[in-house]
Amino acid sequence: MPLSSEEVRRIAELARIGVSDAETRAVQVQLNDIFEMIGRMQKVDTEGVEPMSHGQDLKLRLRDDAVTEGDQRALFQSVAPQVEAGLYLVPKVIE
Amino acid sequence: MLNASLKELAAALAQKKISSAELTKLFLDRASRLNGALNAFITVESEKSLAQARAADERIAKGDAMPLTGIPVAHKDIFVTKGWRTTCGSKMLSNFVSPYDAHVIERFNAAGAVILGKTNMDEFAMGSSSETSFYGPVKNPWNQERVPGGSSGGSTAAIAARMAPAATGTDTGGSIRQPAALSGVSGLKPTYGLVSRYGMIAFASSLDQGGPIAKSAEDLALLLNVMAGFDRRDSTSVERAAEDYRRELDRPLAGLRVGVPKEHFGEGLAADVGKAILVISSELPELLGVCDRIYAMSAGRISGEVTRANATPERLMQYMTREKE
Repeated sequence: MPLSSEEVRRIAELARIGVSDAETRAVQVQLNDIFEMIGRMQKVDTEGVEPMSHGQDLKLRLRDDAVTEGDQRALFQSVAPQVEAGLYLVPKVIE
Repeated sequence: MLNASLKELAAALAQKKISSAELTKLFLDRASRLNGALNAFITVESEKSLAQARAADERIAKGDAMPLTGIPVAHKDIFVTKGWRTTCGSKMLSNFVSPYDAHVIERFNAAGAVILGKTNMDEFAMGSSSETSFYGPVKNPWNQERVPGGSSGGSTAAIAARMAPAATGTDTGGSIRQPAALSGVSGLKPTYGLVSRYGMIAFASSLDQGGPIAKSAEDLALLLNVMAGFDRRDSTSVERAAEDYRRELDRPLAGLRVGVPKEHFGEGLAADVGKAILVISSELPELLGVCDRIYAMSAGRISGEVTRANATPERLMQYMTREKE
């Protein structure tokens, strides 16, 4: 289902990425190419094929559920542009 | 010094032919002269580098040196560095100074290496040409009209232009190997799980690996010895016995078989590139003194093999540019 230019503009707005009117057409073509490729991939019959999650046979390591790090909040917040009461302040992005 | 191998630089430091501070200044000066044109570096902090170099010189004087002690290394601006800006090629992180070091940086610091600067790259590693950086594109030192490749193009250009003797990059789908080939230097993507991703800004976490970039396979081995190793802070770091990656460098190439997927010769490959690879594959055995037919995998890989076999770059260039048919 190809995206309309209106949908492209909406997606750009949600992603907070500025896309000019001139760029919208190019972005629309690129996004639709991606969806078209996904569509082609979905047509492949994978019945009975075991999913491959990775090229190597890796197992996710587990560890004890114990605290290993100390409180470094002051250090981590020291690089933030704006903090208050231990919270990071950000521009409002929720509608 | 600019063309010296890491082993030669370490020997020069040990024999007091040059100090780490002098060596670091040599590369800093060259970097500052060439960076205007090539844009390989996003951040250089001479005073920080020289302070590390002086500390390395003290270590060398005490007889406490490791193979990379005192050697300046340029780091792709994707590894967070405590006290240094890390931008990942983006405006979003233009003022980000990390409060901690990436595991790779910690390893180089422990080895006594010097941080030479943070190199330019495609923004958030999302590119293959080093053209998408907020800090401007990187130029290929061989021809400034060309790209150095990407996303680790700043690091490979820095090595190619001798602005640094060693560098780090990251590779998800070729971002070390491809720019190494395009910039005419050596690069390696380590097997996934070998190099910790802690402090390495993510692109595709199940594929990303940090890796070395330098002028030869021997240099890559020295760098990988420092970079590889288990780190419990990376959930996919592999716990295995440490290796010395130099141990097979002198192994004779006779009997070596190198494979290349035939799918790589499909649609999209330029005809002259495909032909060059097939020419090399049919005649490289003679050049390397090997009996079996070898298929070239990439220019970067081949440069490493050629170095081992004592075929000189001059001989290879003559060979590759001669008229055929």
